[in-house]
Amino acid sequence: MVKRTSLSSNYAVAYAVKMADVDVIAAYPITPQTHIVEKLSEFIANGELDAEMIHVESEHSAMSATIGASAAGARVFTATASQGLELMHEILHIASGMRLPIVMAVASRALSPPINIWSDYSDIMNARDTGWIIYIVSSAQEAFDTIIQAYKLAENKEVLLPVMVAFDGFVLSHTFEAVDLPEEEEVRRFIPKQVTWYTLDPENPMTLGPLGPPEWYYEFKYQQVVALNKALEIAKQVDDEYGKVFGRKYGLVEPYRLDDAEIAIVAYGALASTAKAAVDEARKNGVKVGLLRLRLFRPSPVEEIAKYLENVKAVGVMDRAISFGAPYGGPVFADIMEALYMKGVDTLLSSFILGIGGRPMYLHDVLTVINKVKEIAESGRRTIETYYIGVRE
Amino acid sequence: MIEIRWHGRGGQGAVTASQVTAEAAIIEGKYAQAFPEFGAERRGAPVKAYTRIDEKPIYIRSPIVEPDIVVILDPSLLVSEPVLDGLKKNGWVIINSKKPVDEIRKTLGRSDVKIARVDADTIALQILKVPIVNTAMLGVLVKATQIVSLDSIIDAVSRRFSERIAKLNIEVVKKAYEEAEVSG
Repeated sequence: MVKRTSLSSNYAVAYAVKMADVDVIAAYPITPQTHIVEKLSEFIANGELDAEMIHVESEHSAMSATIGASAAGARVFTATASQGLELMHEILHIASGMRLPIVMAVASRALSPPINIWSDYSDIMNARDTGWIIYIVSSAQEAFDTIIQAYKLAENKEVLLPVMVAFDGFVLSHTFEAVDLPEEEEVRRFIPKQVTWYTLDPENPMTLGPLGPPEWYYEFKYQQVVALNKALEIAKQVDDEYGKVFGRKYGLVEPYRLDDAEIAIVAYGALASTAKAAVDEARKNGVKVGLLRLRLFRPSPVEEIAKYLENVKAVGVMDRAISFGAPYGGPVFADIMEALYMKGVDTLLSSFILGIGGRPMYLHDVLTVINKVKEIAESGRRTIETYYIGVRE
Repeated sequence: MIEIRWHGRGGQGAVTASQVTAEAAIIEGKYAQAFPEFGAERRGAPVKAYTRIDEKPIYIRSPIVEPDIVVILDPSLLVSEPVLDGLKKNGWVIINSKKPVDEIRKTLGRSDVKIARVDADTIALQILKVPIVNTAMLGVLVKATQIVSLDSIIDAVSRRFSERIAKLNIEVVKKAYEEAEVSG
């Protein structure tokens, strides 16, 4: 029986990890993620989860210990944010390169300096090219569901890659809302424990991650490319299967009121949620706008992006991170532009930056974006300006 | 949609109260959201928290600037914090105060809002033996506004705390509910 309860995204993640019956958790506390591992420690102490909790001295060690445990065949989990994800960066490449199905939650947070504990997606964007699968979710329910999907995807024999599930620090990590928790047995049936990857075994000695000379290194990397491409297809399958069993599916992108839209905005994370309310508001005033929410960031769901945006006159992409020195705009803007250009979709693109370092993102901020996109559509002229919404110059 | 803004001081339990209220609404099959003003958690410092309740899914995730209800857990915040900012006409001020409603109205300087109050300090000290007034404020809130039922609040309180603490807090909720002075 499904149990409706009230949980923050942090706690929703902890419940999902418990239901996934993980064997090893290695973590170092960092705001705004800490509640996840606190709750998991509680589950272990209460005997509700039979797992080893390794308290490490840094995030670099957290990922290293997670890799070690995964390489020994354990189902593993860790969580971090911000500077923690940065410190882990070197080891993120090792996790993906060694093809270990690690699942990590990231309560996204701005980067120092100045020190800022609040949310933006600078940390996530820096992990873009690490070879991880990266989801960005938009509610506590979706955080729960995506952690379960992440294990299914990561451990798929044709994928075998680590998965990051990101959500806004505080705005999601600390917000309590309704979450439907399925039966633990049902979750465990959906993601049965099977060691599908190469593991270290003293009876059959093997080396993971040894020297890869020029004759071989390239092929290892190409296999990662193939696996990530495959992950797109499997992620869709996993979402469909999850929907059949648990009654909820999300897609790799989520279109909202795009059917008859003349213009569109693109967003991710909590901002995409507020953006739905803004789209509703703008439509009351006769603006035919729709929203495309990006849920899977890596690998990039190019087909879906092009499919949903091919018929609109103008698209405004809202980014929660700055890509310093980039040719134009924010990091996800660059992805959308690339996807549309390569798919031959000709539309007027513009880039908007907002919600940096926890700057609140109000309905009127999104309405400002919608109005600007509408203006661009009406003018029919391409803009090369990046719009920094709400900044004091 | 009903939007509530909570004003308290670190340690009074404003954040917990915002969550218990959301949970009570969820128990009733409604949609709800509760979140703190992030980052200022220090004992004694002014804190804000927010609750949204609706019959349909809630998309908006920004702080509440035009609340229907403000709940003030510490009357000293009336002079030090802009607690009434954006409060809608005919909105509610739910306040912990020893003073009668008429006197509170004069201090507020607004004739277009409804007021409900209880002496939450005394109730909390009497029953809980600590000045944590959040559950007393829940009693006044539901009596005045009926945004959720008393039963749902009690249910939410019992889910939130351990059995012993929940029992005491339910007593607090009920006493505040009975003693609340409500001026519509």
